[in-house]
Amino acid sequence: MVTYIIRRLIWAIVMLTIVSIITFGIFFLVPRLAGATSESLAARYVGRTASAEQVKIAADKLGFNDPLIVQYGRFAKGIVAGADYDYGPGVERCPAPCFGYSFLTRLPVWPDLLDRLPVTLSLAIGAAVIWVLAGVATGVLSALRRGSLFDRAAMGVALAGVSLPIFFTGIVSLVIFSYGHPFRITAPGGSFTPFDENPAMWAYNLILPWITLAFLYAAGYARLTRAGMLETMSEDYIRTARAKGLNERRVVVKHGLRGALTPILTIFGLDLGLLLGGAVLTESTYSLPGMGKYAIDAITNQDLPKVMGVTLVAAFFVVFANLIVDLLYAVVDPRVRLG
Amino acid sequence: MSFLELKDLRIHFPTDDGLVKSVDGLSFTLERGRTLGIVGESGSGKSVTSLGILGLHKGGRARISGEIWLDGEELVGASQEHVRALRGKKMAMIFQDPLSAMHPFYTVGEQIIEAYRIHNDVSKKVARKHAIDMLGRVGIPQPERRVDSYPHEFSGGMRQRAMIAMALSCDPELLIADEPTTALDVTVQAQILDLMRDLQRDFNAALIVITHDLGVVAELSDDILVMYGGKCVEYGTSDDIFERPEHPYTWGLLGSMPRLDREPTERLLPIKGSPPSLINVPSGCAFHPRCAFEERTAGRAKAEVPELLETEGGHLVRCHLPRERRHAIWENEIKPNLEAS
Repeated sequence: MVTYIIRRLIWAIVMLTIVSIITFGIFFLVPRLAGATSESLAARYVGRTASAEQVKIAADKLGFNDPLIVQYGRFAKGIVAGADYDYGPGVERCPAPCFGYSFLTRLPVWPDLLDRLPVTLSLAIGAAVIWVLAGVATGVLSALRRGSLFDRAAMGVALAGVSLPIFFTGIVSLVIFSYGHPFRITAPGGSFTPFDENPAMWAYNLILPWITLAFLYAAGYARLTRAGMLETMSEDYIRTARAKGLNERRVVVKHGLRGALTPILTIFGLDLGLLLGGAVLTESTYSLPGMGKYAIDAITNQDLPKVMGVTLVAAFFVVFANLIVDLLYAVVDPRVRLG
Repeated sequence: MSFLELKDLRIHFPTDDGLVKSVDGLSFTLERGRTLGIVGESGSGKSVTSLGILGLHKGGRARISGEIWLDGEELVGASQEHVRALRGKKMAMIFQDPLSAMHPFYTVGEQIIEAYRIHNDVSKKVARKHAIDMLGRVGIPQPERRVDSYPHEFSGGMRQRAMIAMALSCDPELLIADEPTTALDVTVQAQILDLMRDLQRDFNAALIVITHDLGVVAELSDDILVMYGGKCVEYGTSDDIFERPEHPYTWGLLGSMPRLDREPTERLLPIKGSPPSLINVPSGCAFHPRCAFEERTAGRAKAEVPELLETEGGHLVRCHLPRERRHAIWENEIKPNLEAS
């Protein structure tokens, strides 16, 4: 077990390294292919008023003229150990993990990202709790009452859920439930209250984005759970459980649902990992200052260091979530041998 | 009154293609300490009967009529909750394939503990002790260690032993074994049959063994019930069925059974044709399309459903052939073929 965890950890680090190489390659190569030079990149840092001479010195000092491999090494070192930036007026320390400075605000990327993290975490985890509970419960009930009115209605709604995009359901929900509209229950968005400041306000501001996002995912989980339950409930071990005299609730939950849980866990890890990197559409629709919104703003402004930072953090969450799922697998299914 | 008594049990399933009459008027009795073997081909209604006794068809689509009396209680009309409380405690079941019949995600111990604690208000610790005792009793070595193993860590025979331990954990008075040895290899089969015989003696339970294998019932049964197309076609003691069988279907089963006392070169005699459709049951005697002696009934086999009648001393046969003629066919045409030549 321990060796397995260590192996998986090493693998995760390798994955992240590969992702960082690819990301770096894309973001440093693409502007050059588009005609940018070392000088025009350096000009982003020193400002428009600098003379051509100053820009050239800055480009040298920033290392834009070094070979790609050296530049990547510096980038990676910055993430692991921090970096010192020296572009003229003085040396500036960028502590680890250093993703460089924003072209636009001249502020280091990481503290900015760190500010956005609680928003995305709150949004993703809150929505995940809702969609897992709602999706799994709906799926189980649908499977047990297969063909009933409930089943057909639930699967119809689920189909709508997976088909309707966030920017549609999100805006519809805002029109109905936000201030100035028929059933005003929530703020018009754009505001986020940290949990430790005021939990009630935190939930109040997030309830609409949570439900919108959860609706999209719950639909898929309901269908997945339904299919899994239909399969496990026809297994021989369910008949055994009944023959032991277990009541139906325990047969369904302890024996049926337990058997159907493994694929749901896999998908859940992937979904949550992806969302932690930023629920781009949801955050944009509700103007929530999370990582997704941050990414969109960075892309719109061609703020490369920000884009790279957010990409790597998102990749970290996906790899990390997969690692957790792999470890949980062994807990959920004892037939999975770790080693 | 008998410990277990079935009266005219019918279990029918409505389907899109028509009504499936899986069990169609089955009656028998069984006492504590006795073993009844129910024999028949696939689809003869054996398993449906056993699940019906345990009340496992309830809440499904099955239509059940008739009576099932267990120790003075009628089960067909009883509430689901009442039958559930009896399941596992008063009547228990051993299934065919112990790998798929045990939950892959729980240890063998957890599954036995669960079965025990549903019906006995004891702590987990006491239940665990009991589970270890039961595993030891069914011959699993090092039970205190194996109790924490998962089913997939057991061999086939060990799994079936664990399954038996689970079924016996609440000391049931009626034990139904549905093809208990079919999924096992031959040497293990013999061990499991020995174990079941020993345990039945210890527990003094009524045992029903359901199988298509006459060899298994020969080992275990006091009485044998031969089923065909959802009906009992012959019922008698083990001696009646093996020494004096009277139904052509039973003769067919005996002829298709491999026996050690026969010449290896001798061919088995299969029953021609295939089991009847349970939706469009053949007219008259359900066995007549496959029966070699059908023409000797002067057309009655096609026209009338034969009654299950007593020939002598509790030996029941459902056949149109007159009794003397059946005796003659058995003595002159069937028996000589079955014996070593």
